[in-house]
Amino acid sequence: MVEFSLPKNSKPTKGKTFSAPAGAKNLRRFDIYRYDPDTGANPRIDSYDVDMDSCGPMVLDALLKIKDETDQTLALRRSCREGICGSCSMNIDGGNTLACLKPIEDCKGTVKVYPLPHMPVVKDLVPDLTHIYAQYASIEPWMKNDTPPPSSGERLQSPEERAKLDGLWECILCFCCTTSCPSYWWNGDRYLGPAILLQAARWINDSRDEATGERLDNLEDPFRLYRCHTIMNCTNTCPKGLNPAKAIADIKMKMVERAG
Amino acid sequence: MFASHNFRSPLGRAQGLGTAKEGLHHWWAQRLTALALIPLTVWFVAAVVGLVGSGFEEFVAWLSAPCNATAMILFLGVSFHHAQLGLQVVVEDYVGHHGWRIGTIIVVKFMCYGLAALGIVSSLIVSFGV
Repeated sequence: MVEFSLPKNSKPTKGKTFSAPAGAKNLRRFDIYRYDPDTGANPRIDSYDVDMDSCGPMVLDALLKIKDETDQTLALRRSCREGICGSCSMNIDGGNTLACLKPIEDCKGTVKVYPLPHMPVVKDLVPDLTHIYAQYASIEPWMKNDTPPPSSGERLQSPEERAKLDGLWECILCFCCTTSCPSYWWNGDRYLGPAILLQAARWINDSRDEATGERLDNLEDPFRLYRCHTIMNCTNTCPKGLNPAKAIADIKMKMVERAG
Repeated sequence: MFASHNFRSPLGRAQGLGTAKEGLHHWWAQRLTALALIPLTVWFVAAVVGLVGSGFEEFVAWLSAPCNATAMILFLGVSFHHAQLGLQVVVEDYVGHHGWRIGTIIVVKFMCYGLAALGIVSSLIVSFGV
């Protein structure tokens, strides 16, 4: 449901300020969203001054430096630190992106770091992705065939058929797109959102899959698919440069194609 | 997003009541009516501009011409059909409570079709000179 203001206990307050060690000259301030469910307190925005002369170039480098050297209570997800795992997705400088791919020098002024928008927060920069993963499971993201595999063991694809998966297989499920989508904010309980619909398109477009019709049936719904109003936040924010809005439009055109 | 006392599994919640098995028809009708409204709106604006300064008799004569009456009725019918399709989407987007959502959609549809009927009947009365 549409919400134009934060719930009562979700309004962030001003938090603590952590100064850089004495002697540091090249400082950059990071304002970071902090929330600890165990305290029952409202979230707060803590400020950290980071010495850029001893910090790597990306926002993730600064966050890990803060966690290592200044404040070990800061919680965030990270793994590969090179844009492959999708763990460190968060809202940086007003846009959803991967902290490991976002250069600090591209941020204006104080670097503002928040969790992915409009998701329940587990702690600090860690959102609860339970529902979105369940939505992913609901589209059955695996190959479905009635025809047994050929004796060679491989289901063949022409280069042209394989090319239809380009722009889809690269998605790393970081959910920057889905959590930037107002339609998902308002109706995320039923709308599948751009990331999951792009994944659905990945299987609908796979020439080896035999459940195309079943997959389209599963999306034929005013809320699951048709909440997309081509707002395009998804495409603007994707840190991998993908185009979920186009994938969704392709699914809609396939719906039209099979109807007549 | 969910009440804490909900013990349904995450997948059960995501699947909800299943698919409505419709959505394409509504989406496609919205596009078709939008397409039809491009020439109809151009015609309507041109007609209004052309009638500026005309008197009552001239307007009645204009609307009595079969082509003008047909285009006017199409413009009214398609506009209000398009409006109720679009407003339904807006209501579905922004009204979360199911009862309010259904109630608002009913009011929107009744109003749009009522206004369309009023406009079309009025046009017919003028063009037939009843």
